[in-house]
Amino acid sequence: MRVLLVLPILIPLSTAAVSLVFWRRRSVQRWMGMAGTSGLLAASVWLFEAVRREGIQATQVGNWSAPFGITFVADLFSAIMVVLTGLMGLAVAVYSLGSVDRRRESFGYYPLLQILLMGVCGAFLTGDLFNLYVWFEVMLISSFVLLALGGERGQLEGAIKYVTLNLLSSAVFLAAVGLLYGLAGTLNMADLAIKLRAVEQTGLVTTLAMMFLITFGVKAAVFPLFFWLPASYHTPPFAVSAIFAGLLTKVGVYALIRVFTLLFVVDVGYTHTLILVIAGLTMITGVLGAVAQNEFRRVLSFQVISSVGFMVMGLALFTPLALAGSVFYMLQDIVVKTNLFLVSGVAHRLCGTSELKEQGGLYATYPAFALLFLIPALSLAGIPPLSGFFAKLALVQAGLGAQSYMIVFIALTVSLLTLLSMTKIWNEAFWKPQPSDSSRAEMPTAIRAVTASGRMATGTLIVPIVILAALTVCIGLAAGFFFDLATVAAEQLLDPTAYIRAVEGGMTR
Amino acid sequence: MNIAIAVMSGFAMASAAPLLHRFLRRFARGGTVAGWLVALLPLALTAYFASYTSAIARGETFVVSYTWASGLGVNLSFYVDGLSLLFALLISGIGALIVIYAGSYLAGHEHLGRFYTYLLMFMASMLGLALAGNIITLYVFWELTSISSYLLIGFEHKKETARRAALQALLVTGAGGLALLGGLVLLGQAAGSFELPALLASGDAIRSHALYVPILLLVLLGAFTKSAQFPFHFWLPGAMEAPTPVSAYLHSATMVKAGVFLLARFFPVLGGTNEWLYIVTTVGAVTMLVGGILALYQTDLKLVLAYSTVSALGTLVALLGLGTTQAITAAIVFLLAHALYKGALFMITGAVDHETGTRDVERLGGLRRAMPITAGVAVLAAVSLAGFGPVLSFIGKELLLEAVLQVEAFRALLVAVAVLSGALFVAVASIVSIRPFFGAHVATPKEAHEAPRSLWMGPALLALLGVVIGIAPGTVGSGIVAPSVASVLGRIEPVKLGLWHGFNPALALSVVSVVIGFVIYRGWVALRTHTTSLTEKIFVWGPARWYGVILDGVFALAQRQTRLLQNGYLRVYVLIVIASTIGLVGYTFVVGGGLNANFVWTELRFYEAGIAIIILLAAIAAVRSRSRLGAVASLGVVGFGVALIFILYGAPDLALTQFLIETLTVILLVLVFYHLPRFAIFSSKRARVRDLAIALSAGALMTMLVLVANSVRFAPPISDYFAERSLPDAHGRNIVNVILVDFRGLDTLGEITVLAVAAFGVYALLKLRPQKKEGK
Repeated sequence: MRVLLVLPILIPLSTAAVSLVFWRRRSVQRWMGMAGTSGLLAASVWLFEAVRREGIQATQVGNWSAPFGITFVADLFSAIMVVLTGLMGLAVAVYSLGSVDRRRESFGYYPLLQILLMGVCGAFLTGDLFNLYVWFEVMLISSFVLLALGGERGQLEGAIKYVTLNLLSSAVFLAAVGLLYGLAGTLNMADLAIKLRAVEQTGLVTTLAMMFLITFGVKAAVFPLFFWLPASYHTPPFAVSAIFAGLLTKVGVYALIRVFTLLFVVDVGYTHTLILVIAGLTMITGVLGAVAQNEFRRVLSFQVISSVGFMVMGLALFTPLALAGSVFYMLQDIVVKTNLFLVSGVAHRLCGTSELKEQGGLYATYPAFALLFLIPALSLAGIPPLSGFFAKLALVQAGLGAQSYMIVFIALTVSLLTLLSMTKIWNEAFWKPQPSDSSRAEMPTAIRAVTASGRMATGTLIVPIVILAALTVCIGLAAGFFFDLATVAAEQLLDPTAYIRAVEGGMTR
Repeated sequence: MNIAIAVMSGFAMASAAPLLHRFLRRFARGGTVAGWLVALLPLALTAYFASYTSAIARGETFVVSYTWASGLGVNLSFYVDGLSLLFALLISGIGALIVIYAGSYLAGHEHLGRFYTYLLMFMASMLGLALAGNIITLYVFWELTSISSYLLIGFEHKKETARRAALQALLVTGAGGLALLGGLVLLGQAAGSFELPALLASGDAIRSHALYVPILLLVLLGAFTKSAQFPFHFWLPGAMEAPTPVSAYLHSATMVKAGVFLLARFFPVLGGTNEWLYIVTTVGAVTMLVGGILALYQTDLKLVLAYSTVSALGTLVALLGLGTTQAITAAIVFLLAHALYKGALFMITGAVDHETGTRDVERLGGLRRAMPITAGVAVLAAVSLAGFGPVLSFIGKELLLEAVLQVEAFRALLVAVAVLSGALFVAVASIVSIRPFFGAHVATPKEAHEAPRSLWMGPALLALLGVVIGIAPGTVGSGIVAPSVASVLGRIEPVKLGLWHGFNPALALSVVSVVIGFVIYRGWVALRTHTTSLTEKIFVWGPARWYGVILDGVFALAQRQTRLLQNGYLRVYVLIVIASTIGLVGYTFVVGGGLNANFVWTELRFYEAGIAIIILLAAIAAVRSRSRLGAVASLGVVGFGVALIFILYGAPDLALTQFLIETLTVILLVLVFYHLPRFAIFSSKRARVRDLAIALSAGALMTMLVLVANSVRFAPPISDYFAERSLPDAHGRNIVNVILVDFRGLDTLGEITVLAVAAFGVYALLKLRPQKKEGK
């Protein structure tokens, strides 16, 4: 058993456990949060390097040989996602230091964040379908508590919708896993990959594939299963929204990509065409939702959905270039989305509100901050040479190459509307002068609050934003390196033999 | 020095400019000094590009290429030939003058530092666009010019009109940009390379490619939006919200010519077909006329110039559409001439605005006494605009008329358009030079003074250049114009430029257009006052209106669809999710032949049937119950029934767990009843029937699926292994326990975490209540 693969689970879990021991010591918990996420980032980079150098890594938890025990597998796709989880975890942990209130901190905010990260990493690394379900549950319960923590009215309303719809998805997931086990007699994904490819009753396999499409579709927030997301993402503290927006839907997309490359490829003409339709509808509904909103975080929440459409589009096209495009899109979108939500938190603090109509004047007063918004916002809209452009370019090339002109047309139109929704924020919060009436009187106090609580607090808010913005620029400028990574990841996804071989290392038969 | 460094230096200077400006602002006249310092870069670049002219004139080309994202065919490549060099010289040369001009024009403006940043960022992007050797790199810079244009149009960001105009320009050019991206990717895929030299060599393959027409249309859409061709022209007058240096630089001399550049760049690849000829020429000709006519209905000097720019861009596009040697030569000459005089005129307008406080022609007159130098420069530039006299634009106009006279199809129509738009140019030239500077003195908001040197020097230089080159066209003929023509045509053609072409039809037409132009000018005021009410009725239906309608439509659609889908009702969300599940899974199941599976029916024993009936009845009772207690109790019966089934099938441990959970659930629910509001049924009868149908189909679907899973087996299950290995390897007799704590211990760890977090969440929800009212 290689500890390398389970470290991304162990580190957050033990951090959370130790934090609970120091229940009454808020400062210890804050430091533990930093230490845990730093450790997670270090471990994930180590794992990533191992995968990049030596190929797909697998280990059998408890040394029960596959397919009988639980297998942990890290291919390049998983490894990239785990690194980003570590990175976003650290960024949000730092941001939380200056933005999450004392009361939430005293009620276990930091350990909860650790458990969430543990669930996310588990989902990225597991090679077992039921184990994936377990990690989904870990994510669901910790994200639910994080959402509801604080007990504000809006939070609870959002949290209830969130948890109800996600539990529905869990029920479908559980039923699907049960049915699949009944049919194929195994839960190990590599083993399933072998067995499902040999099945003659493809209709049944595809039926089960639909159940997984639904369950992961809810998690990924695709059309028409996304309702939980805009209902809840604007309610919790900004740090929580940021980590949710960065990672949670991506786990859903990851799971979709995993099962629809590894397991359900017997009737690609049916399943992936369906996914293509879903991708297009998701992009459109997401971006239209964003255009319709008048609150900073609500605009961003709908943009999360729209971006999911792009990621799923690559899966649907199912060519090496398209899948590489999906992987690349995901890796840069995690950075961009997290950052935009972090930015929205600072804007909220500076203006005392998140309603775009009441915000204003940020460009004149804080030009550097305006730049920090523009970088992720323009990247989201696919403006070159930022990272989002290359993601869209890859998908457009793949779409045109596959002669799927309709989806490319949709993708390009949606890009324009994305730009429109971003300029809406820019126009209202940044360019427009502060509205003189309304809550303007509070504005100076809000700024004073920032300075009064010390440069330390401001630094913890700004430093993660600066780093993530720099990363967005770097991914664009070094697009070649990152796209090559995505290409290798896509090749591994499309040809599962290496994946299966890595797992089979522990299979006894 | 390397071309890549030359292009990138602009970006570096852009990021340094605000710091420089902030540093120098502390000193007296520091702002102006900063402007001069910043201008050193474009000046150096002009010199650098000028050093290429002799080699380019010899027919050489230069390529520099760095790998960027090879997996996507993107390289940071630069390609210098006649065409790109002409643009590079215009961009850096005029850029230097604009920077100096802006330092004075915006002296004391709080955001002058940022202005330099955007201006230099634009300059660098535009240079990158012109010199790009990879079409994706070209697109990268193309979009960057749109973004910097956006920031510059909205520079006076506190004005709502500026913000709206900035957005309009961004959306129109952005939409075209995205079409262009599609076209470029298709083009690259058709040619097998995104590198420009390779593309330029594969024109025949592209023209006969099955996707030629879509590629052409997409590329044209990009070019037409950027170069403000009808019906996309309306964003350009709107862009006049920008400070005048921006209008002079981006929106007349350089950026709006990017579309023209694109047409010229791709002429060897896409040009020369009938589709090209008809589409490009028609759009160009219509734009020529529309722009010229609309210019007459403006009184704001900047808007007059903006519409005449639209007309000039139309002329360039029409010439590129014709595509003959004569036409291409005319286009290149006209492009150069236009950049010089229009840049100058905008800067003059800015100077007038700066010194008098208005740029409305109606409120200006007789300024030549107060501003003699400005007036002189204005007249000089206006002569170029009119294109009559010893100026470069006269040569361009003669070439244009000759090119039009050679056309075979629709010759008369084109000649008429050319003469009429020439006449409109003359009228506009008179409006912008005679009206403000001659005639009776008119009182202006500010007492008029001569503009400072930095405001008239740039335009004077540009206007003079127009004359000097006009008198001695050989200075640019072989060095700049001929290589540019050669790179557009893809072959070297001798170019001879001269003021005097002899008494020929072109000259006659020229004279006619000047005469008509003066007649229009004499009747201008009358024309405007008498027909404005009529034209306003027409303009209301112009493309600007359509832009508004579409934008409002998008917002309205967005709001409607969002209100429809994200309506806030959890029950609707649940309904949609379940209905989608049933639809998708059920349809696939039926289509996939799931109904034809051989169901294995084990014989049903009577007590099994009994339990099943009890469960069913309890479920119905739970739904129909009119009290909470009844519903919960019925659900408890369902749960106990399931537990009994577990017992019947030999799973007592599962049954035990189930009993415990059911008991606890019922107890817990009864405990919380006390806190709940009165039980009531809110749903309508129709909704209940609908819900019943959905619930029944969900149940039916699951039943079918379970039946199939029970009857079909893809592969033998792995559970035998657990039975075999449980005792010898894991030392446990209870297989379920061993699976839970050993074989799949990690699952259990995860579930324990879930329970712990859930318990913790309940605690936090109960204990952590919001303090009073938090800021929303």
